[in-house]
Amino acid sequence: MSADPHNHTADGHHEIEMPHATMRDYVIGFVLSVILTAIPFWLVMTMPLSAGATGAIIMGFAVVQIVVHMVFFLHMTPKAEGGWSLTSLIFTVIVVVIMLAGSLWVMHHLNTNMMPMPHEPTSQTAGQVL
Amino acid sequence: MSAKTMTADAPVQFYDLDEHPHPEGHSTMLGFWIYLMSDCLIFAILFACYAVLGGSYAAGPAPKDLFDLKLIALNTAMLLFSSITYGFAVLQMQQGEVKGVQIWLAITGLFGLAFLGIELYEFHHLIEIGATPQRSAFLSSFFTLVGTHGLHVTFGIVWLVTLMFQLSKHGLIAANKRRVMCLSMFWHFLDVVWIGVFTFVYLMGVLR
Repeated sequence: MSADPHNHTADGHHEIEMPHATMRDYVIGFVLSVILTAIPFWLVMTMPLSAGATGAIIMGFAVVQIVVHMVFFLHMTPKAEGGWSLTSLIFTVIVVVIMLAGSLWVMHHLNTNMMPMPHEPTSQTAGQVL
Repeated sequence: MSAKTMTADAPVQFYDLDEHPHPEGHSTMLGFWIYLMSDCLIFAILFACYAVLGGSYAAGPAPKDLFDLKLIALNTAMLLFSSITYGFAVLQMQQGEVKGVQIWLAITGLFGLAFLGIELYEFHHLIEIGATPQRSAFLSSFFTLVGTHGLHVTFGIVWLVTLMFQLSKHGLIAANKRRVMCLSMFWHFLDVVWIGVFTFVYLMGVLR
């Protein structure tokens, strides 16, 4: 992922800096992605573990695979674009985490506090019926 | 800037009034990355909607009754293959092979179309058995999230075809190289979003 040595073209224009991709990067990224995709699907389709453990593992695999894609396919490095790519990524991740955690937290409390009245016989199970 | 501020006798300069060269497209890659980050926020909001509403079945079908994981695995494979074939297109571009870029872009487009075809087949099947977006909050948020991703892939393919025409007309000029790299970011970004979709919507849905 070093800088492209052909940045200066013959016509004298300074070409924009692009991440230099290599076959090695793409192959490593692809193989890791296949492994990180196949294991979660296998875990859920055959269920060798409990639902809770499976859920935690596949969420972990998803996070790892997202990082793999960022590094090997999107060529994300701390130095890309003078660090501004990573800065904007970190900012976005912070906003996303606040928003996801906040939404789930608030909506969970709303759901808990606005449970249907117990004297309605059907409404209690409404959420669970298939 | 550096030459002036480095000399010890000159006053320290905190801002810069000189003109700097701004070569065409020098900030396009960063700008496009920031666009992708804003797109990331859209998907995050849709994921949050799904996380909140995904358990409200309104006595209708649940993910377990609807999702066919084999089909989703096939769909995931299509998108993953399209990611590495796009990588091959970028490698061909670095070697200056216009033909090679176009061949790999075409293969990427075919994988993208296969992905869309499978997704439309799935949506068609769901709607046919009555699991329409109107059925429950779970299905509304499901169709919105997965449909938005599908729309992105659709526009990615439109862009890809446009780019193939631009490549055949102008060859690998600097502007086209930039476009290839931007679409590369877009395409790989969609694959990143799909990781979230298949894990959180499909696999977690079936577990629930």
